[in-house]
Amino acid sequence: MLEIKNLHVKLEEEEKEILKGVDLTVEAGKVHAIMGPNGSGKSTLSYVLSGRDGYEVTDGAATLDGEDLLEMEPEERAAAGIFLAFQYPVEIPGVGNMTFLRTAVNAQRKARGQEELSAADFLKLVREKAKSLKIDADMLKRPVNVGFSGGEKKRNEILQMAMLEPKMCILDETDSGLDVDAMKLVSEGVNALRDAGRGFLVITHYQRLLDHIKPDVVHIMADGRIVKSGGPELALEVENNGYADILAEVN
Amino acid sequence: MAALDQTQVKEGVDQETVDAVREVSTYKYGWETDIEMEYAPKGVNPDIVKLISEKNEEPEWMTEWRLAAFERWTQMEEPKWAMVNYPEIDFQDQYYYARPKSMEEKPKSLDEVDPKLLATYEKLGIPLKEQMILAGVEGAENMPAEGRKVAVDAVFDSVSVGTTFQDELKKAGVIFCSISEAIKEHPELVKKYLGSVVPVSDNFYATLNSAVFSDGSFVYVPPGVRCPMELSTYFRINAENTGQFERTLIIADKGSYVSYLEGCTAPQRDTAQLHAAVVEIIIEEDAEVKYSTVQNWFPGDENGKGGIYNFVTKRADCRGDRSKVMWTQVETGSAVTWKYPSCILRGDDSQGEFYSIAIANNYQQADTGTKMVHLGKNTKSRIVSKGISAGKAQNTYRGLVSMHPKAKDSRNYTQCDSLLIGDKCGAHTVPYIEVRNNSSRVEHEATTSKVDDDQLFYCRQRGMDEEEAVALVVNGFCKDVLQALPMEFAMEAQQLVAISLEGSVG
Ligand SMILES: Nc1ncnc2c1ncn2[C@@H]1O[C@H](COP(=O)(O)OP(=O)(O)OP(=O)(O)O)[C@@H](O)[C@H]1O
Ligand SMILES: [Mg+2]
Repeated sequence: MLEIKNLHVKLEEEEKEILKGVDLTVEAGKVHAIMGPNGSGKSTLSYVLSGRDGYEVTDGAATLDGEDLLEMEPEERAAAGIFLAFQYPVEIPGVGNMTFLRTAVNAQRKARGQEELSAADFLKLVREKAKSLKIDADMLKRPVNVGFSGGEKKRNEILQMAMLEPKMCILDETDSGLDVDAMKLVSEGVNALRDAGRGFLVITHYQRLLDHIKPDVVHIMADGRIVKSGGPELALEVENNGYADILAEVN
Repeated sequence: MAALDQTQVKEGVDQETVDAVREVSTYKYGWETDIEMEYAPKGVNPDIVKLISEKNEEPEWMTEWRLAAFERWTQMEEPKWAMVNYPEIDFQDQYYYARPKSMEEKPKSLDEVDPKLLATYEKLGIPLKEQMILAGVEGAENMPAEGRKVAVDAVFDSVSVGTTFQDELKKAGVIFCSISEAIKEHPELVKKYLGSVVPVSDNFYATLNSAVFSDGSFVYVPPGVRCPMELSTYFRINAENTGQFERTLIIADKGSYVSYLEGCTAPQRDTAQLHAAVVEIIIEEDAEVKYSTVQNWFPGDENGKGGIYNFVTKRADCRGDRSKVMWTQVETGSAVTWKYPSCILRGDDSQGEFYSIAIANNYQQADTGTKMVHLGKNTKSRIVSKGISAGKAQNTYRGLVSMHPKAKDSRNYTQCDSLLIGDKCGAHTVPYIEVRNNSSRVEHEATTSKVDDDQLFYCRQRGMDEEEAVALVVNGFCKDVLQALPMEFAMEAQQLVAISLEGSVG
């Protein structure tokens, strides 16, 4: 489903290469995890896939179901099914969470040639999804992420994901800042969305999240490359020994 | 939309699609009504003033009042202090009176109004029928789905075409009619109040207006009456090279309440047109008036050609103790805006509020704000102004807060935020504060920010296109002002914000 080949990315403003040839394929129905030291380029990869400004692709390709992602505007990628749960969700003062969700859902439906959801249908859907993530009515009314606690912001990202039902979900450290109970809620939210047609790319530093969301494949990213891939046991190895051994081995 | 004209149309995209896109991304009300008109000769002089007075079948005292104003105007000079630039206006090169031929004989009821005029208002979304306005589905979560009545006075170029719900309002004791009708039917009220808030010699444009105003709306709400529906005036400029000079007079007698809305649009033309209105509001003891404006005059094209020059004097006089006024304005149109709705807080414990959104895109220039003049004891005022600039536009907030010696224990709070979209536009804040007693307090907060790229990317990652994202962020920025508008109006205003910012990014 998601195919990344030899992706090289540098900053637009300066001559600094951040991704140095990333190869990665996520098949439909599978959960891939990416781990790796701080600054290795994990967030950068997620931004480049979703089309954020400021990066320049100097080589390589990224496709979703054969379609060239790199040619598309961010909103076209979203409509094609790319979703990014942000490492740092953005605050939008004055815009109600509910209004934001509704605008997003309808924008994507419109882009796909579907009819807009009626106010009543939308409301029913949000309430249902919000309930399972323990997001209360008050949080739905408040402006997007403004004054939300770290954990609330992350749950809000998952709510958006559940509402948008994307094909390819990229989660960037969605587990950081979550308490034990919130971690369970978020994982359940993610697991509820797992199905044969959907792929996941889960960026995390901790084995803990992977206890709840069982990955099919674990990748280690270092200095802008995927340096090692393996099964769930790879995450355990990192948890127990850190990255030193793995990095020494690949060098 | 500039981008469209500069881009080569890609192969395979048919002209129809291109036109359709262009259509939705330009000024929506830019069409004109093809109707036979009658004009006074071009220019302004005592004869034209007399002619306008004659056309309105005015009594002599009114003609004299106008002539005195004209005399005064000839000795005045156009003010130049505002931060706006426009070519010299030739006041003799325009028409001061334009009336559809079919209005020569004034229609006795709405049924007699020229179908072409009725169709014009229908197309503008203001049907001149006595019907409920049904609340839309947008925002249905928190809105009762009940009908609402709004009485409309429709002004077309120089004349009022008709006023709805007059009978029903009359039963409540409310007078709502065109000002020309009021001069004939209620001369005692007009004589008493006209020019009592905005004196004839107040400023260049107000003085010109006093001489040549052709029509406008008149409202009188008697003591203790809560006006049973919202009142509104819809101004449409249609004729070319014609200035619109309307006059509005609203009187809220003791303990009464009225909410009044004003809307304005004009066809898209490449020559600029002049609009100089005067609005006077008198608020007696314990009375309250809400005055909301959605100003959407043609702003000129993306190269700065054409558009309305909007020079407006609006003032409310809170004469009675505990009287209240609230101005809310959404200014998206006009090539040049010069407008400072003001409050004279004369009565003790009186209150004035001003909520404003001013959007300037392309080459638009807006110099707008308010004056809060505190004269009475314990008076309060609140100013919330949101200026949004895009393209090459300039947006200035100019505000005066003045606490007079007798205005003991008075308070003002001013919050004045500017948002910039792109880097070729400008925002300016010019606050004047005078406090002449030591028990009053004035608080002023001002911020300037840019639309944040991270916010836009976040919205776009969730599927919104760039313009939708900008509109959403901007609506968020304007939230506290939008909240002050009547519900249905707020939604209209939100859409307007989106439309007027189209093509402002990228
Ligand atoms: N806009 C930018 N300007 C300057 N440096 C940048 C920019 N974006 C990314 N970088 C640099 O690129 C490298 C990769 O950053 P990235 O955020 O992708 O790392 P990460 O793997 O997500 O790290 P973490 O685990 O800490 O979240 C870092 O050295 C970072 O400083
Ligand atoms: Mg990161």
